[in-house]
Parts: sequence; C-alpha cells; structure tokens
Amino acid sequence: MNERWPILIFAAVMAVIPSIPGMPPFWIVLADNIGLSALVAMGLVLLTGVGGLTSFGQAAFCGFGAYTTAVLTTAYGVSPWLTLPLSLVVSGTVAVLLGLVTVRLSGHYLPLGTIAWGLGLFYLFSKLEFLGRNDGISAIPPLSIGSFRMLDPGSIYYAIWVAVLISALLTLNLLDSRTGRAIRALRRGHVAAEAFGVYAPRAKMLVFIYAAVLAGLSGWLYAHFQRAANPTPFGVQVGIEYLFIAVVGGAGYVWGGVLGAAIVVILKEILQSYLPMLLHGEGQLETIVFGILLVTLLQLAPTGVWPWLVARLPLKLSRRRLDTTLALPARLRPAGAPSVLLQIENARKQFGGVIAVNDVSFDVQTREIVALIGPNGAGKSTTFNLITGVLPPTAGRISVLGRPMGGAPPQEVVKLGIARTFQHVKLVPDMTVLENVAIGAHLRGHAGPLASMFRLDRADEAKLFAEAARQIERVGLADQIDQLAGSLSLGQQRIVEIARALCVDPMLLLLDEPAAGLRHMEKQRLASLLRALREGGMSVLLVEHDMGFVMDLADRIVVLDFGTKIAEGTPEAIKTNPEVIKAYLGVAA
Amino acid sequence: MNTTILLFLIQDGITNGAVYALLGLALVLVFAVTRVILIPQGEFVTYGALTYASLAAGRMPGTAKLAVAMGVVAFAFDLFAARKSLHARQIARAFTVNVVLPCAILALTYWAADHHPPVAVSVALSLLIVATIGLFLYRIAFQPLAHTSVLVLLIASVGCHLAMQGLGLLFFGAEGQRGPVIADLAFTAGPLRFSGQSLAVYGITIAFITGLWLFFGLTLYGKALRATAVNRLGARLVGIRTSLSGQIAFLLASVIGALSGILIVPITTLYYDTGFLIGLKGFIAAIIGGLVSYPLTAVAALVVGTVEAFSSFYASNFKEVIVFTLLIPVLLLRSLAAPAVEEEKD
Repeated sequence: MNERWPILIFAAVMAVIPSIPGMPPFWIVLADNIGLSALVAMGLVLLTGVGGLTSFGQAAFCGFGAYTTAVLTTAYGVSPWLTLPLSLVVSGTVAVLLGLVTVRLSGHYLPLGTIAWGLGLFYLFSKLEFLGRNDGISAIPPLSIGSFRMLDPGSIYYAIWVAVLISALLTLNLLDSRTGRAIRALRRGHVAAEAFGVYAPRAKMLVFIYAAVLAGLSGWLYAHFQRAANPTPFGVQVGIEYLFIAVVGGAGYVWGGVLGAAIVVILKEILQSYLPMLLHGEGQLETIVFGILLVTLLQLAPTGVWPWLVARLPLKLSRRRLDTTLALPARLRPAGAPSVLLQIENARKQFGGVIAVNDVSFDVQTREIVALIGPNGAGKSTTFNLITGVLPPTAGRISVLGRPMGGAPPQEVVKLGIARTFQHVKLVPDMTVLENVAIGAHLRGHAGPLASMFRLDRADEAKLFAEAARQIERVGLADQIDQLAGSLSLGQQRIVEIARALCVDPMLLLLDEPAAGLRHMEKQRLASLLRALREGGMSVLLVEHDMGFVMDLADRIVVLDFGTKIAEGTPEAIKTNPEVIKAYLGVAA
Repeated sequence: MNTTILLFLIQDGITNGAVYALLGLALVLVFAVTRVILIPQGEFVTYGALTYASLAAGRMPGTAKLAVAMGVVAFAFDLFAARKSLHARQIARAFTVNVVLPCAILALTYWAADHHPPVAVSVALSLLIVATIGLFLYRIAFQPLAHTSVLVLLIASVGCHLAMQGLGLLFFGAEGQRGPVIADLAFTAGPLRFSGQSLAVYGITIAFITGLWLFFGLTLYGKALRATAVNRLGARLVGIRTSLSGQIAFLLASVIGALSGILIVPITTLYYDTGFLIGLKGFIAAIIGGLVSYPLTAVAALVVGTVEAFSSFYASNFKEVIVFTLLIPVLLLRSLAAPAVEEEKD
C-alpha cells in the first residue's frame, strides 16, 4: 500500500480545496477546467507517451461525449446519469471505427491521419442540423443527486475530480499489468512484443479506445459543467492543446497528464488576463506565447515536467516483493527417445531478385544444440525470421513436431514453444529487467485489461513475476533485477533477452548471436547455461560468429553461404570441410 | 449537370489544385530534407499573400519587423552555438545574414509602403520577407531539434504554427484582404474564361515542379539534400553541412508558400488563418505522394482540388468534411504498403 499514500494525500488535498474559506470561486472554475483537461491528457499519456501513437484528434472524442448527452438530455429528456454510459459507449464506438482505419497507420501517417479526421469531425459537428450547427446545443440540465443539483462550479468540482482520481487509479493499474507491459513494449517497435505473443494492432486498438473513452468522459462532464455544447472546444486546435498538455507534464506519466493540465490551464489563464494589458494588442496573444513556449520546452526538456519533479523529490518506490514459490503450469513435452523437433525443408526466401535463403533444409532434434554459421550476409538471420514467422517463406516447408507451420505469424509460433532472442537487442530500455523478462511470459498469463484495471489480476501477476524472477536468477542477473534494462551493458542485455525467451517455457530456443559483446567469463557461463538447458530437455538453435564458442558447444553445425547450405555435420567435420574453409577464407591462390 | 458547369468545376479544381500542388511540393521538400512535417506552411502562404496585399495598399506589413526580430534571435543562437570557437569572419557572416539582411529589407519595406511600388517590386519584397522568416524559423525552432524524432519535430511544428498564426492576427487584423492581380489579361476558349492570373498559377506550378524534380534528381546539391534526409550522420561524414541543407529547404518552402499566397490573394479573400486550411489541403496531396514523390504529389493535388470544387458545388456544407476524409483511405493504403518490419526510434 506504500505507493498509494501520495495518491491518498493528493485526494484529501483536492477534497478540502473548495471548503477553504475565502477561496475565490474563479479558482474553483480553473480547478474544474484542469480536471477536464487532465482526463483527456491521461488518455493521451497512455496513447502517445506509453503506446507511441500520437493523436491530434482527442478533442473530437470529447465532442462525441458532450453531444451524446446534450442531444439525449435536451431533446429526449433522458437523465444525465443514464447518458453517462451512453456517452462513453458512443466515444468508444467511434474510436473503434476510426481505430480500424487509423491505428494500422505507421510512423508519421498516424498523427497526420488524426489531424485529418479531427478536422473532418469538427466540420461535421458544426454542420449537422440536429447538433445545432455552429451554435450548438444549450440548456443542458445539470447533474443532480436526489434534490442536490450541481449548478455551480463548486459542486460539479467533486464529480470532475472523483472522475480524475478514479481514472488515474485505473490507468496506473492497467499500466502495471500484463496488458500494460505489452502496451509499453510497443513504442519500441512491434517485432519483439509480437515474438512473445502480443498482437500489436489489438493492443494499439485497446489504448486508442481507452483514450477515447476518457475523452468522452471529459466531454460528458464538460457538457453538464458548461450546460451547453458547441463545436469550438472539439476542434483540432484544442486537440493540439491536449497533446501540448501531455508533453508539458511528461507524456510517459499518468500524473504528468494532471500536472501538465494544471500548468497549461493556469498559464493560459494568466496569459489571457495579463498579456493584453501588457501589450495592448488585439486577441490571440496567448497563442503566440503558447507556441513559442511549446517549442522552447521541447528544446529544453523534451520529457516534460513530471519526471524532472520526481527526480527532485525524496520519494523511493518500495521494491516489489516476489514470492518465487509460485509456479506457472509447465508445457507438455514429448517424452521418450530423441525425435525431430524442428524440420526445415527447402525453405526459400526471395526479396525481389535477391535470394536470401536458397532451398535450405536442416532439422533440430530434441535435446540438441545446433549452430547456424556462415559469413555475413549468408542468410542466417533471415532463416531465423522464417522460422519465427516474422517473414513468410517464399517456398518450402517448416514444421514443428511434424506439424507444418504454414506461414503462422510470430504470435502463433511462440505458442508452439519456440522462443527467440534478437541480433540487435530489443528490450524496453525504460522498463526494469524484471518487467522486460515478464513480457516473455505474456502468453502464460490470462488476466485481461478490465481485470487489470480493477486489480483482479494480482494472483496471475504474482505467478508471472515469480517465473520471470526465477529465469533472471537462472541466467545469473539476480542482482540487476530492478535496474532499468537500458542501464545494463550490451552483453547483459543479451542475457536478459535469453531470460525473457526462457519465460516462454520453450522447447526450442533460437539465439541470434548470443555471445556478441560478452566477456570471456560471461561466454563460459552462457555455454554452461545452454548445456544445462539441453540436459533439461530443451533444444537450442543459435547463430554465432565466435567459432571457439560454437565448436565447444554445438552438437551439430549447419553452414550457410550466400543463402545456400554448403555443409552440415559435427564441429570436427566442419572444421576440416574444404567448402567451409573456402567460404570463410577464400580459395588459396 | 451540363457540360459548362462540368468544365467550369474542373477548371476551378485545377486552379485550386495547382496551388495545393505547389504547397504539397514544398512540404515534400521540407520533409525529405529535415523530417519536419511543416504545419506552418499555411502561415507562409498567409504571410506572403497579406504582406503583398498590405504593400500594394500602401500599408507597412508587420512581417518585415518579425523578420528582423527573428534574425536577431537567430544571430544569438548562432553566437551561442559557436561560443567555444568564435572567429571574426564567422561572426561577421552570421551578422550579415541574420541582422543586416532583414534590416535592409525592413528599410526597403518602409520605403515601398510609402511610395506605392509597381507590382513586381511588391512581389519581390514579399517573397524576400517571407524567405528570411522561413530561414530564421528553421534556425531558431528546428535546427536545435534536428536530431530528435519525427514526432517531436511535428509537435514543435505545431507550436510554430500557433505562434505564427497568432502573429498573423496581430499584423494583419481579423479582416480579410485581397491583392491586385499580377497579370491583367484574359481570353475565352469555348465556354471557359481564362484569366492571366490563373495562367500564371499554372505556369509557375509547372515550372516549380519540373525545377525541383530536376534539382533533386540531377544536381549535386539536390542529391546532398536528399542524403541529409536519409542519414544525417552519414551526410555529415561525407562533408555535407546538414544545418545548411535544412536552411535551404526551409528557404525554398517559404518562398513557395509565399508565392502561392501571392498567386491566390487576387482570386480569393485571405484571412490571417486561411493559410492553415490551404496548407492542410497541400498536405493531403503531399501525403498521397507519400512525402517523397514530386510528380505523384502534383497529380494528387489536382485530384484534391477537383474533389473540393465538385463537393463545394454539390454539398457545400460538407466540403471540408469530404476533402479531409479523402485522406483516410489514402493513409490506409500507404501504411499497408509500408514495410512490415518497421522499427521506430525515440
């Protein structure tokens, strides 16, 4: 409960603010506005800061929330409390429809796409007859509980801030969960997350809808706070402002959204009331200062104010205590004599005219370490990508335990018990080693996003973390368990990747240059770990350039050159194979 | 629908489309070299148009003063960046470009505002003013961020747009303005009437498209600019000054933006914030062109212009909705065509 204290204190402070004697009512209005912006910004934190999806269009979702309740309460006399779920459902549904077309967009196309539909929706709000065109809808009834009507800013204040605090808690819970880790892994590219069973489009869709629902909630509150809705606060300009809030506060942090909202709303108020006096100019001066401040902020502190503040507070988060006796169910393994685990028959991959892998065939038996070697550009990593489903083969058959994989995506391949590491380390640098490794056990947990938000996932989580901690200990990184992955040396990061792969409880481990960047002692430890894994019944297929390491360790070696298999056999046979020597050293003149 | 309306709508669409094409080209240019998605492109349009209109009406445009102010800041940035190794020649050069040049332009503008100059002089002065603003904008806002991600650059770009739009209101007021036509002739062909202005729009657009295409495809400097876009470090290692490439890109973009503004301000009334919408339509074209292809962008711009013309005829209320929604299927196709294994960097 330790980490909950600051939140409770914050809630208590917010609760007494309106009852402080002599508090100017105008400040309460500001606090209301801060709360409304904070809700949207929190969604953006999850969407942009954590998930890496930039949206300029969040204001449009506020619009759907606000207009839903506005139309239903004024034209049909529905109670505002009944329209709350409807507002959320409408914003969520619109998010599903827009998400289907936009979430798939990659890179900078996504933010541009959100500008496009943000503008389109704004014009739609201002042209539709039943939404009152540019004038909007007025005389929206206030929220009321029994005979208590929240007419003044001081009473709706509680509704707004209760919503902010609950949303913050739910968001924090979501981030600190199996689903949350999957979302956090996406910002650094999909390949690693997908290799452990995360469906990237599904996870992106989830944050997109979540952010839209928060914006819808803000819009619903806004409509009952202002008692009117018109298109202006739902345009792209306001959407830009929400993004600004998130960036100012710290786009990666939930409380950064709240802090950013406070900074921006107060700053805007000060600018709007004092700038005209100062410069005697006509309107919009605040946008000038606003824009300049935004650029200055990006140049000086691109991560926002919240992380800067936290670094200066004497707060220490308590270490997560792990119960390593908890266990996840183990995978069923075929018993009995060694048999063929992975079989590759005439696998072929062409990129246009380039044949990266040319009809390669080999197999990996159970309890066997096979090394795939060859000069640079021989097609080793492409072969890995074919096996793990990152790339579909142009032709050929790859089967696991006799079952053909038929171009299964990485998320399905990992279910068969094939786990991998990457040639270029793909960890999430700002997550701890433990959290990174726990991503490996993603498929072995079952709690969904809703369960996580309401903390019904703790038993599931404890098991995942126990498994992750066991694997970290197994690879010898127990001392680094709570460090950020980005702070480790490259060699250690490779070992973390191995621990993550082990969390899958794999039958076959694919290691892409695991010894690169390791010191001599570390290499020896890695070799003995791999031997121990083999004794435990696991198979290993590894790509490696360190010949000493490979020759010592491998049971069998497959040599590729220019995409073609040129030799296969025991280390002794390979060492003396003339074809291999030719490939590596060229022909003697 | 009769043929006359059809032809008229197409002509209208092509004229609009030509302007969008110019803007789209500038956006592609800036993105290709600096990875900045240039939202303030619209402000270059309004600044160019309204500076020209102000000068023609004998008023002093505030943009000239802005150029001086930005120049001074840019000079300070240059001094700060080179504080470890200051050379007299370097300072003199920075001083000339950043302070003397905009001051000279300001003096010229004061003179011109009083003497009702010929159209050509107003056009040239407006282009010069906006060009310096574009140059300094890169120096001040984007050069210090050149190493960051596309997203950070995009947000900075939005910040610049907000500031410049606010300044636009300050300089030109909330009323719309029109400027005098550049070429005062007209002829008719069948049912269509061609004004000199629209012919100037076509001519200049075609000239710019071919010019840029040749510049980037054939000249060493164009190739250097493209190299900067692909790999900044690599470009620097082979001796390309990446900050200079960025400045050239912004210079070209601001000139193109201002020129498009000057071309349309005699046809339509422009307000301080009109540029944003016009710029965004250029964007749609640029994005259809994938932010890389000049000819494709030009064709896309014509499509956007024509769709706009037709939708303003048939569903004028939903004109903007239709134009902006046009982007979504395009974006979708684009991202489906993008390589599957794509890694984003922070």
